[in-house]
Amino acid sequence: MLADKDRIFTNVYGFQPWNLPAAQKRGDWDKTKDLMSIGQDAIIDKIKASGLRGRGGAGFPTGMKWSFMPKEPRPDRPNFLVINADESEPGSCKDREIIRHDPHKLIEGALIAGFAMRARAAYIYIRGEYIREAETLFAAVKEAYDAGLLGKNACKSGYDFDVFVHRGAGAYICGEETAMLESLEGKKGQPRLKPPFPAGAGLYGCPTTVNNVESIAVVPTILRRGPEWFSSFGNENNRGTKLFQISGHVEKPCVVEEAMSIPFRELIEKHCGGIRGGWDNLLAVIPGGSSVPLVPAAQIMDCPMDFDGLRALGSGLGTAAIIVMDKSTDVVRAISRLSYFYKHESCGQCTPCREGTGWMWRVMERLRTGDADISEIDTLQQVTKQVEGHTICALGDAAAWPIQGLIRHFRPELERRINERQAGNGMQEAAE
Amino acid sequence: MADAPQLPDEAEVRARWGNFQWTPENAEKAREIMGRYPAGRQMSCTIPYLDLAQRQVGAETNTQGWLPIPVIEFIAKQLDMPYIRVFEVATFYTMFNLVPVGRFHVQVCGTTPCMLRGSDDVMAACKARGLKKGHTTEDGLFTLTEVECMGNCSSAPMVQINDDNFEDLTYDRTLTILDALAKGESPKPGTQEPGRHTVEPLGAPTNLAAMETANHDYRGEW
Repeated sequence: MLADKDRIFTNVYGFQPWNLPAAQKRGDWDKTKDLMSIGQDAIIDKIKASGLRGRGGAGFPTGMKWSFMPKEPRPDRPNFLVINADESEPGSCKDREIIRHDPHKLIEGALIAGFAMRARAAYIYIRGEYIREAETLFAAVKEAYDAGLLGKNACKSGYDFDVFVHRGAGAYICGEETAMLESLEGKKGQPRLKPPFPAGAGLYGCPTTVNNVESIAVVPTILRRGPEWFSSFGNENNRGTKLFQISGHVEKPCVVEEAMSIPFRELIEKHCGGIRGGWDNLLAVIPGGSSVPLVPAAQIMDCPMDFDGLRALGSGLGTAAIIVMDKSTDVVRAISRLSYFYKHESCGQCTPCREGTGWMWRVMERLRTGDADISEIDTLQQVTKQVEGHTICALGDAAAWPIQGLIRHFRPELERRINERQAGNGMQEAAE
Repeated sequence: MADAPQLPDEAEVRARWGNFQWTPENAEKAREIMGRYPAGRQMSCTIPYLDLAQRQVGAETNTQGWLPIPVIEFIAKQLDMPYIRVFEVATFYTMFNLVPVGRFHVQVCGTTPCMLRGSDDVMAACKARGLKKGHTTEDGLFTLTEVECMGNCSSAPMVQINDDNFEDLTYDRTLTILDALAKGESPKPGTQEPGRHTVEPLGAPTNLAAMETANHDYRGEW
């Protein structure tokens, strides 16, 4: 188990104050100027060496992403850092804990990351529903300005850097990076076609990098303790520590920082008090937030919780939001509710997603009650394939994958419901 | 589009809200918001201004506020934008109310992680107190909405009422909160689980035990 001294987010549970003096006592903002003095390229190299992969779901190497930014931005076309705090993926609840209990880790990370990518300013886009969390973040940013840690000559480093907080207003799609930029510009959050990629033309047409809250907030600690420290956790290609968020049918749901690649069983036993009703009662797990396919109990139990381990099971780590379902779960309803979520959140720009998400949800609702024909399972599978990969952003894929996972692993359950209902109807007809 | 809102009668709304202006306090806030964005990019203020306006309408009507058309027109003028560009933003984002809501906007999360932990019971408790999805109670106190994942999954199920979250709910705990609000009390936000602080595992700490009692600095152990 990860030792407490190796945890980055020591105040994740909020037992201690979030404010600047308390955060400084925990080690934040300690000689930030020295961390920056090694130079921009050296910071990027260290982040590359640490093996940090983006914590927002896709797992793209963070250091490499930063290196795509122009090295000498023109004065009329500055670089921007946008921090994605639009945490809306069902199951995910880690960025909220960082923001409301350890905001200075994020703000210090914003300065260092912004400096490394030669950005003029960072915008932290926080989801609108995080109202109290945004209040904390606004206050923490103000503390940092008042202490001279941000603004002109930030931390006396000679570098000018601003951090602004921007609140969203309730739209899952704004967590997609180009939709977020549209939303920041004051428009509907509808994703942009790529290319051009944000590193070429992003916010206000300027070079932009979009990073997840956790990816940015771990940066100061990685620099303080060295990339070798961070890469000493987890399997090859899946390095570091990670905030896991466990919800659903465990005895004690929680958010906890652990080493990457921790086996599922160990994570649940150590921190969550086991599965409700024992391990034999485990039905399935959605290991990375609603957008990844579910994994049946037998396959997940000893799987390492990391990008590659879960990809080998046909699923993914996503945001490490683990939704646990025991045998009391109506698994078809659980997935159908996710289909409703995607129908609700589709931005309506691409036809396959706008029409497909509603269509898939309606069929899922009929499959839930068994009011369908066996052949419709295959039709549904085909439709998910027609949505997947045919939209501008990944919301179409995200809507398709949970259904594909359900059909892959629970087809007998779907067929059972249909057969039982048809048998029931047949008996009624016979009785009449 | 079956669930598209029926906008209130325009003549009545114009009579009531046609002269909408920022309060002096909000005018100051609006100036501060404008300062966050580069010159010429005032369009970025759309969402913050709509939120500010909705809150001002709420304060004037003792509700959670909404966005009458003249208010949206006012913001479009403030930002030098076509009306439709602001209106389409107001309709796109779920937190903007296009129709009036009650004093307490009860937003029950019904997405799968909450559903697994018993959001049906939370909904049932709301129903037991006369709340109906998409409607405001006759006394104007409660509006009930089912919302999508609110990011409180490790302390599910939850409800957001106005600006506060109430987590780790059960049927009875939901009733207690609704009754307290109806009586004019302010129930404690956050988790409703006795002995739980935020999102730590309930009971004996599995990690970071030293943080519970003191602001521990782990750097000496590195």
